[in-house]
Amino acid sequence: MSWLPSPEIIARLVLIFVVFNCLVLSAAFMVWMERKVCAYIQDRSGPNRVGFEGVLQPFADVIKLLFKEQLKPKAADTALFAIAPIVSTAAAFAAFSVVPFGTEVNPFGLLDRPIPLEITDVNVAVLVIFAITSMGIYGIVLAGWSSNSKYSLLGGLRSSAQMISYELSYGLAMAAVIMMAGSLSLREIVMNQSGTWFGFIPRWYIFLQPIGFFIYLTAGVAETNRAPFDFPEAEQELVAGYHTEYSSMSFAMFFLAEYVNMVTVSAVATSLYLGGWLGPILPDWLAWIWFLLKVFLILFFYVWMRWTLPRYRYDQLMEFGWKWLLPLAVLNLFVTAALVLWVG
Amino acid sequence: MDVLAFYAFAAIAVLASLLVIGQGNPMHSVMLLIVSFGALAGLYVLLDAPFTAVTQIIVYAGAIMVLFLFVVMLLNVPREEPAPAGVATLLGPTGMRIGAVLSLLLAGEMLWALGRVGLGWLNQGAAASSVSSVRAIGSGIFTDHAFAFEATSVLILVAMLGAVVLARREHS
Repeated sequence: MSWLPSPEIIARLVLIFVVFNCLVLSAAFMVWMERKVCAYIQDRSGPNRVGFEGVLQPFADVIKLLFKEQLKPKAADTALFAIAPIVSTAAAFAAFSVVPFGTEVNPFGLLDRPIPLEITDVNVAVLVIFAITSMGIYGIVLAGWSSNSKYSLLGGLRSSAQMISYELSYGLAMAAVIMMAGSLSLREIVMNQSGTWFGFIPRWYIFLQPIGFFIYLTAGVAETNRAPFDFPEAEQELVAGYHTEYSSMSFAMFFLAEYVNMVTVSAVATSLYLGGWLGPILPDWLAWIWFLLKVFLILFFYVWMRWTLPRYRYDQLMEFGWKWLLPLAVLNLFVTAALVLWVG
Repeated sequence: MDVLAFYAFAAIAVLASLLVIGQGNPMHSVMLLIVSFGALAGLYVLLDAPFTAVTQIIVYAGAIMVLFLFVVMLLNVPREEPAPAGVATLLGPTGMRIGAVLSLLLAGEMLWALGRVGLGWLNQGAAASSVSSVRAIGSGIFTDHAFAFEATSVLILVAMLGAVVLARREHS
């Protein structure tokens, strides 16, 4: 049996396979949840024909999109038009690779030593996520430019301006947590949040960094182009924004990327502020259930917000980002730095 | 394995950089430059400097290139002006000749500098690994190299101000 790779390598490959497919499934689940929650908020039933309560609706949608014709505008830039959705999706999936979602496990005692539940533990994980997110912008910008359509171009321009503006606040909010934890590894940041105050309040960073959590969530909404900051695809003004000219699976890939990005932003928020997989009752090897629950709560909040708040105006978005959120993030960082220095 | 990865990344970086100056479409040039920066980041990872690699991606491939892209998109230049026909590239208009002379000078300088330093430092693996720690980089920047760090930031600020002053339209 020496030709077989070691059990650890097989376990890691299985883990990658599982995580990848879970992400795809979570995107499908998010589409269903979004339509269902939206329907109930608007006093409708939403999809309820395909499968139980319409849970199979996203799969029906994907099959429909697969059979659609792939269109390309005549004057589009062929290479970049084809690359854009790939860049978006690849960046969305890659960002999740450094997010830890559970303690070390040894499935059925098959391994020599337990493996941690995450694809890879990088000692600069937070920065890696930041870097990959900034690569994801190119997918949208390229789609906007290469389509050679004014709606797409305006959508792409808006998106890049918005992402550059909010990335600053996003990064500064993360930096405050990094200072408190004294580490850039997400696993170590989560481990720093173990234990309780007075025996019942968990030592999560959300209680020490409430403003940081608010800034992170707001900037995260803007980064993922979600309502009320969904300007790159503002229907009334831009038809569909950067993906106006896309059809079939390349259109679906942009949506896949958007939903996976939401999952990643929520997963990182969970690790940074809500103690990751830490929680009471459940045994160690089931701790990932806590992680899923917390991520689900944030995702539900996202959907809830989208169908509750109207879209801002573009100048309001820029004003809010630069004149309110960024100064607040800088102030938060300074106060945190001072407190870490003096109180320890 | 490491050697293979090194050659792959180096080849991508060199090839992409060469293609950057060969493109007629500025948009394609920008994308190839990003590929080149990505390959450089890969080389930094091989050198045990993940922090430098990630900073390379965030600052150069991310922030700066997005601004490049932004400008190219806003100007919407479909093609660069082609060089006038019938003129060999290196012996072209004055600007090109100066560029050729400068690049030859730079190549000479690099050869001279590398010759002076020698190749002995290549084997000092232990010293290089200290760069990987974010803590070490941070304290280094703000203590030992504080002056150079601050001077660089002032330099960048001056360049920024200069650009604003040059591009500003005079109001009477």
